[in-house]
Amino acid sequence: VSIDPLTDYDIFDSQFVIDPFPVMDEIRESACPVAHTDRWGSSWMPTRYADIVAVAQEHDLFTSQQILVTGPPPGQEPEGPYAAVAAPPISSDPPEHHWHRRLILPFFAPQAVAKFEDGTRELCNRLIDGFIEHGEADAAADYAQQIPVRVIATMLGVPTDLSDTFTGWVRGVLEAGLKDQAIRLEARNNILDYFKREIDDRTANPRENDLITTLLSSEVDGQQVPEEYVHGVCNLMLVAGVDTTWSSIGAALWHLAQHPEHRHQLRDDPELWPSAIEELLRAYAPVTMARIVGRDTEFQGCPMHAGDRVLMSFPAANRDPRQFDRPDEVILDREHNRHVAFGAGIHRCAGSNLARLELRVALQTFLARIPDFELVDPSAVTWAGGQVRGPRQCKVRF
Amino acid sequence: VKVRVEEGSCHGHQSCAIAAPEVFGADDYGNAVVLIEGVIPVELEAKVRRAEGNCPERAIVIED
Repeated sequence: VSIDPLTDYDIFDSQFVIDPFPVMDEIRESACPVAHTDRWGSSWMPTRYADIVAVAQEHDLFTSQQILVTGPPPGQEPEGPYAAVAAPPISSDPPEHHWHRRLILPFFAPQAVAKFEDGTRELCNRLIDGFIEHGEADAAADYAQQIPVRVIATMLGVPTDLSDTFTGWVRGVLEAGLKDQAIRLEARNNILDYFKREIDDRTANPRENDLITTLLSSEVDGQQVPEEYVHGVCNLMLVAGVDTTWSSIGAALWHLAQHPEHRHQLRDDPELWPSAIEELLRAYAPVTMARIVGRDTEFQGCPMHAGDRVLMSFPAANRDPRQFDRPDEVILDREHNRHVAFGAGIHRCAGSNLARLELRVALQTFLARIPDFELVDPSAVTWAGGQVRGPRQCKVRF
Repeated sequence: VKVRVEEGSCHGHQSCAIAAPEVFGADDYGNAVVLIEGVIPVELEAKVRRAEGNCPERAIVIED
């Protein structure tokens, strides 16, 4: 039975998870480029670049009361013992959003994240040391998945030894938890229990050059920030900083495994790297975010009601031919690339400079050590979809 | 040409600094700043136009 994606799309349909772009194209080129579904808590889904950017930029109308792509309506989420802890600033609306974001931005400015480059390169080399003799590796599970969680743990000042545990919790929120609220809540509580202990420890024993300590002692308008804010920032950094970048690294390696000409271009012309990273981010944007409509409105002819969920599929925006020539082609030296892999407007991904650094270092290190590689079996590659799209198993041989 | 970043429109993507690092940088919050005062050297004009064409917020204004 074929379903009509304009009125009944399913972001977890197995084919859509593997390759969402044919469905996105069909919706985008139809008479109604804003689709709707009753599935997974119901949502609207614009597919044109201009519409998605408009939703992102019009933060007064499209609020951040909820940002997950599935779930019960706002106010009805079972948030458990930490109901007061959100994920600022991603979950914040103005006016609080302004200080919620301003306090963390300095940690993520390009000049601030540059200090993680050497450590990230060492990490990448260590991971490659672990499998290079085997002639085969899982580029997603053995490599991509291992990198961002350790970078974020280092940044947060928590042990990288717990990386597998952190990864499990993040997947609980962003993968299995999107279909099952009990799983999401359990993972969320594990994350918040963990960071509550870390915060209590910093409160009793402040540390030097420590992000959590610095945030706990920061002030806004002469008042120390509430602990819930710092707790929420820790939550955000773990949940938003792991799956996303790992998906991006994995998808880029999946692409490069199938495109020797692109590997050779990057080897022969290192000046291509900056635009190549942007192009890979465009073509394989991992993230879809959600917004909640703040008041009844009509958007592109669609009657939207307060409380409705709207998906911002950045992957769909980045493949719109109205904005990008030959959108389905990866063109490493693309001249004009206003991609929105990191969103747009006041919620632009706060970690974008760190994500770019990790993506570049991960790819450069991999290509330097393993210049030629191919997929072992293209049909055996598995993907995650929904909120964050990227390969989860991606065996390559070299 | 001269170039400026429209205040309030820049949200710190840093696309401009990636396309034209000689011309654009970041303040402490990661928002774009123009590093060159006055007229942009002719040899950097193409990079400035590329930077403009890479800004998702259309925050870069080139004044011919």
